[in-house]
Amino acid sequence: MRVTEHPIFEDLDTTEYVNITVDGKPVKAVKGEMILAALLAEGIIINRYTTKRHEPRGLFCAIGQCTDCMMVVNGMPNVRTCITPVEEGMTVETQNGLGEWRTEG
Amino acid sequence: MKEYEMIVIGGGAAGLSAAIEAKRHGVNVLLIDSNDKAGGQLVKQTHKFFGAKMHRAGTRGFNICKELLKESEDLGVEVLLNGLVMGIYDGDTVAVDVKVSLTEHKLMMLKAKNIVISTGASENAVRFEGWTLPGVMGAGAAQTMVNYRHVLPGKKMLMIGSGNVGLIVSYQLMQAGVEIKGIVEALPKITGWQVHASKLTREGIHIYTGYTIKKAHGTDRVTGATIAKVNPDWSLVSGSEIEVDCDFICIGAGLKPLTGLAHMAGCELIYDKALGGWAPAHNYNMETTKKGIYVAGDATGLEEASTAIEEGTIAGAAIAEATGHLSAAEAEERKAGAWRRLADLRDGFHGEERLAAKNKQLAEYDRLMGVRE
Repeated sequence: MRVTEHPIFEDLDTTEYVNITVDGKPVKAVKGEMILAALLAEGIIINRYTTKRHEPRGLFCAIGQCTDCMMVVNGMPNVRTCITPVEEGMTVETQNGLGEWRTEG
Repeated sequence: MKEYEMIVIGGGAAGLSAAIEAKRHGVNVLLIDSNDKAGGQLVKQTHKFFGAKMHRAGTRGFNICKELLKESEDLGVEVLLNGLVMGIYDGDTVAVDVKVSLTEHKLMMLKAKNIVISTGASENAVRFEGWTLPGVMGAGAAQTMVNYRHVLPGKKMLMIGSGNVGLIVSYQLMQAGVEIKGIVEALPKITGWQVHASKLTREGIHIYTGYTIKKAHGTDRVTGATIAKVNPDWSLVSGSEIEVDCDFICIGAGLKPLTGLAHMAGCELIYDKALGGWAPAHNYNMETTKKGIYVAGDATGLEEASTAIEEGTIAGAAIAEATGHLSAAEAEERKAGAWRRLADLRDGFHGEERLAAKNKQLAEYDRLMGVRE
């Protein structure tokens, strides 16, 4: 869910979008926003599953300190989605354990 | 290796103020921040600051942030963004991991005889059954997502902790359309300021004093919570459980100074509960027990952005003096002014404990360094 009305913030226009895919599904993200914000706007709150116990993890610190929101981005695991901005055509996947490198080139 | 007269690590309220003050007097300063924008946690603070006009009272935190960023830009402070400082070596060399793109990072080694550590603080966690579930998060994390990123982590929130962060964030989430299902406080009374608590209770939000969280429900995400009354020995009162219908839980259980860099650089730390735990001892100039390494803001004890601004100013003036850009008398005027404003900010009922702790921190520096009156 996005904050669309707010007593203090007037400028909440989200007119410019980019297209990303999240676990194979197309998602419209606001240009320049963090991956995690685009996911929360869609109600997606699981970012990864832990290595040993396969427990879900999601947003915890939101400022790049805790690593709970790490996902596989463009084939690269362990990307902190709360501080990584979206880019047109980006692929984002739920990470299992430590993830696997799958970068092209 | 590129050399500066001064390097500031962390571009929040304290770091920006240190850089601004030093640059104003002609110091060649570099400000490093690990984020893609400077401003620290001010960026998400929508509340108006307290104090007097000289403390920028009445101005919202994110607007103070804009003012500081503009001042720093107008003065021409050099800023390195996306730069994560990994360590300080030999007391004057800073190793920075600079993020160039998603896949490319570069390592930079920079030198400065004067370094300010203004890295801020991190949120404390509370452990309870289900605390790792998606939907349990720091109160500051929820504040970031709502006020800065403009997305909601959920619709119905339970807050743990009635300190100022717990109260202010609850109010701000409510402003953004979140339903606040309650605030639990393990202590018998509300620990934050009454003025913040009243804004919530006026809206019919219940603050459960003497209660804590027992369990977060859900398998993949938070679907609710159980709260319970706390006995004086911190065990739970059986039969006192209340079910709370919420889809996210915020933990507002205080913060602790981020002291990693200072500790690694060999600065002596002292423990004080009132300052959030371990923090570097420092002198009147905000210099730590390591010559040339200064601290400012929450990194040297949990307080407010307004106190961080003054501490940064002191460090900036002291470094302008150390580098010969200010005479001792000129620097003293700047430092004394900031210390006076700090005394005001630490005055009265709410500041008493912090003032005592900060005085102890100064005395501890003297003891560690063998300074005699």
